[in-house]
Amino acid sequence: MSANLSAVFYLISGIFFILALRGLSSPETSRRGNYFGIAGMSISIIVTFLSVGNFGPGFIYVLIFLIIGGSIGAFIAFKIPMTAMPELVAGFHSLVGLAAVFVAVSAFLKPEAFGLGTLGNIKLASLIEMSLGAAIGAITFSGSIIAFLKLRGIMSGSPITFKGQHFINLILGLLIIFLIYYLCTSQSSNIFWSIVIISFLVGLLLIIPIGGADMPVVISMLNSYSGWAAAGIGFTLENTALIITGALVGSSGAILSYIMCKGMNRSFFNVILGGWGATDQATNSKSQDQKPVKNGNADDAAFLMKNASSVIIVPGYGMAVAQAQHALREMVDALKKNGVKVSYAIHPVAGRMPGHMNVLLAEANVPYDEVFELEEINNDFANCDVAYVIGANDVTNPVAKSDPQSPIYGMPVLDVEKSKSVLFVKRSLSPGYAGIDNDLFYRDNTLMLFADAKKMTEEIVKSL
Amino acid sequence: MEIDPFIFRLSIFILSIFVGYYVVWSVTPSLHTPLMSVTNAISSVIIVGAIIAALAGASESIFETSNIFGFLAIILAAINIFGGFLVTQRMLQMYKKKKK
Repeated sequence: MSANLSAVFYLISGIFFILALRGLSSPETSRRGNYFGIAGMSISIIVTFLSVGNFGPGFIYVLIFLIIGGSIGAFIAFKIPMTAMPELVAGFHSLVGLAAVFVAVSAFLKPEAFGLGTLGNIKLASLIEMSLGAAIGAITFSGSIIAFLKLRGIMSGSPITFKGQHFINLILGLLIIFLIYYLCTSQSSNIFWSIVIISFLVGLLLIIPIGGADMPVVISMLNSYSGWAAAGIGFTLENTALIITGALVGSSGAILSYIMCKGMNRSFFNVILGGWGATDQATNSKSQDQKPVKNGNADDAAFLMKNASSVIIVPGYGMAVAQAQHALREMVDALKKNGVKVSYAIHPVAGRMPGHMNVLLAEANVPYDEVFELEEINNDFANCDVAYVIGANDVTNPVAKSDPQSPIYGMPVLDVEKSKSVLFVKRSLSPGYAGIDNDLFYRDNTLMLFADAKKMTEEIVKSL
Repeated sequence: MEIDPFIFRLSIFILSIFVGYYVVWSVTPSLHTPLMSVTNAISSVIIVGAIIAALAGASESIFETSNIFGFLAIILAAINIFGGFLVTQRMLQMYKKKKK
């Protein structure tokens, strides 16, 4: 296949990828969008086979490895529980990153296969592109591995900070730039390997200080990085599909990070430099004790909700941990039978990744037109009888609106306190991730339900 | 004077960033998780590079170091392609409207 013809096909698959993302603008078109994505991918792969034109024994091996990888991927995709989606996405990011590193390495070792010159005499532009692709890929890989371990609970989710870590990152970052420059003049493979290894290290150091509840930002950021790594490789291979995709994924991840940061009213750097709440915990713990709390049980909650005309449910990470989404859905069904109007309110950073709560509710067969975003529903709390907060905390804290001293001041929060009564399902009075006390616990219209989110919801279903 | 092909690729790249910017802002927030998994899947189009790497060189020397890295990258990218698209499909299947 001629180079021009295959370039046209790569452009077409790039357009299909754009349509795949475009489809996600509404759930109805989203499935079609996914088929566009699959079509674009198939075109790319077939065109690559045809343009390489090598159907010898190597081709058989490629097919075998393709099938092996594909089966593993398909197996994971069917087996994975929806609650594990954040760590799955983190894991997948790491694979893209590592694949980018491998492709860059192989382009460096055999540049003639890619038309980039010969070993030790690679074109300058290609050398810069491939080392950038490899560096970003390596950072994506090791960063995603850490994110995966934290989300999976293998590694502690609390921020791990040590003195001078930002300084070390800065030095390592500068070192990578210097080494890329040095690589361009020396073409030495040792320098190339050093760049890869130092980038792995940067990825580790970058994500280790970031805590669990900041994971939505981290996951989006790594998503973005995997895109930039792909684009870097795309420039190396002079491949349009890869360049378009890299740009799409890169900007997609960047926008998601921005949305997540805005949902916490923090700057991107503030999140990346890590350690929220750690400094404020001491000052807030004093005022915490000796405040009266109204304590309720499942029967009280069932009674309140049964006699309400409208209920808004506010899910958070705790719901995902307790796997309470199905029980919640049963509760809502029972309430609806009693003529109660029920809707769901989702804060942008609820859960561990963008859209986490929406997927879980969809899994429990909650229709998506009952689920609302913060801006859509926030005014409705004033007219609602009961707000049922399940596994959320910081995102409901009214302190974000009233106390300029608070670390979460200015963060958009759900106006839960405006509803006539608030039911708060929580295991204890302990503060949330931000390390600050939630004022809501001590209000007159709040009833605390101290229990596991799933158990409590099931009990409420029973007494309804 | 002729324009370097690199500039063309750079133009495609920058225009695609703009396309991505507007397309992604139009994605409904409730589909942000499928957005991440599908971007994951499509960024595995890097498999194109992996295939070229794996098939490079003469047929008697298909297991040189550079080929092996290509084969490894194929496995990784294939996990992502199949895993990414299928899990996205699985998620999107679950988004249903209220029964009227």
